[in-house]
Amino acid sequence: MSDDAVSPEEVRHVAELARVDLDDEEVDRFTGQFADILEYFETLDEVPAVDRDADLANVMRPDEERESLSSEDALRNASETEDGYFKGPNVS
Amino acid sequence: MSEDIFITEERIEGADDGPLAGRTVAVKDNISTEGVRTTCGSRMLEDYVPPYDATVVSRLKEAGATIVGKANMDEFGMGTTTETSYFGATDNPAAPGHVPGGSSGGSAAAVAAGEADLALGSDTGGSVRCPAAFCGVVGIKPTYGLVSRYGLVAYGNSLEQIGPFGETVEDAAELLDVIAGSDERDATTREAPRASDGRTSDARETREALLEADETYADAATGDVDGLSIGIPTELLEGADEGVVETFWDAIADLEDRGAEYHEVSLPSVEHAVEAYYVIAMSEASSNLARFDGVRYGQSGGYDGNWNETFAKAREEGFGDEVKRRILLGTYALSAGYHDKYYKKAQDARAWVKQDFDDALAEADVLASPTMPVPPFELGESLEDPLQLYLADANTVPVNLADLPAISVPAGETDGLPVGLQLIGPAFGERRLIRAASALA
Repeated sequence: MSDDAVSPEEVRHVAELARVDLDDEEVDRFTGQFADILEYFETLDEVPAVDRDADLANVMRPDEERESLSSEDALRNASETEDGYFKGPNVS
Repeated sequence: MSEDIFITEERIEGADDGPLAGRTVAVKDNISTEGVRTTCGSRMLEDYVPPYDATVVSRLKEAGATIVGKANMDEFGMGTTTETSYFGATDNPAAPGHVPGGSSGGSAAAVAAGEADLALGSDTGGSVRCPAAFCGVVGIKPTYGLVSRYGLVAYGNSLEQIGPFGETVEDAAELLDVIAGSDERDATTREAPRASDGRTSDARETREALLEADETYADAATGDVDGLSIGIPTELLEGADEGVVETFWDAIADLEDRGAEYHEVSLPSVEHAVEAYYVIAMSEASSNLARFDGVRYGQSGGYDGNWNETFAKAREEGFGDEVKRRILLGTYALSAGYHDKYYKKAQDARAWVKQDFDDALAEADVLASPTMPVPPFELGESLEDPLQLYLADANTVPVNLADLPAISVPAGETDGLPVGLQLIGPAFGERRLIRAASALA
């Protein structure tokens, strides 16, 4: 998107990557808005390279069996279940 | 409920006694409550009932608090006005006809309207401090890692913290005492280091360290600002509304009368904080919200067609405009060819902002700014231009990028509209902020 405005095709492509259906009206609106917002994000080019020495440590615990949700509780919010499993749509 | 403060009004009783016995608390609707629906202000989760409590909710119950309802919010925390809620906008009890701020607008409004003594919100880029400022109440954004986020529905998880609201600084501090502390279920939590463990360089810090050793947050609400050194970042006053700036300086003068002194500081990096914040928050959102596919919970896309089609349908129907906008822009910023240009540069800007704050806080006890550069918008005024609304977060987002604590405290009014003053402190410097802010409310 470096030199020119965002195209509707790019918006459709990103929406497909993100698995969000958009109608034509949404594509039109987002195309204009994304051009403005991305142009503003471009000002990050002015940021100097910065030494990033994050002082972070991994937090680990022993991998031991512990109490967890019952499968009944875990399945309660699913729209469909089968034999104690979540039921998903066809893979292809 | 004319103001539309709650999405779900339901009482959850806590233990018979405890530090919050007899107190009522509103809980933002992105914080999980076992058996009580938690919608995140979204159609996607309209019928979602969590099977477990967030750690902060367990702590509220153990402390004897009564939860009175799940507070309205911008959808998934994405907004500055609470108008992106699928369940409708909340009116501002302190300024009827205006927005309560966002994204934790219902929480702040509940306290302002007296519907709850206290409230919990979450702050990813100002979502506790903005509504506190707009509703004329107190809100605290804790240091990253002070409060457990287990059970908080994630939006931008390198940035967000759960934080308390109260009518006074002491009230908010009491709630912070209950929710703060490490949690084995959130690996990003840390035990706050005791001030007495750190090296102290002057008399004031030594005195503070002694005070802090065993002090609760509520104990720190003494209003003592004698000798307090306040740094005022000039960048955070530029472009702010005149009435807001005037009210801000009146509050600073008030602190000066009580023995504080101020000097101006410069934080050049904050000129890039808004774009860095939005790139990072949207990128994290695009990943975090990928879990909403309608299979395990949430709006279902049905079973016709393959999974890509049904997931895309569930997400089209379940998400509102602002959420779609942020997921798409985040996906774009992380996509092949653009990652270095946006995400990596945003991380550079984040590191720069941290350095600037470290430098400024080496020369001052706290930093001060208006919480919001503008007074509350009128309802419906601001939704058309998303970029303009993002720019209103200029004074709050730098704090999240730097992982620091901040508090918003009422500073007064301009044309009858509330103005908040923000104080920013060093990591785990909540007591210092509470001590200073309690001089004002």
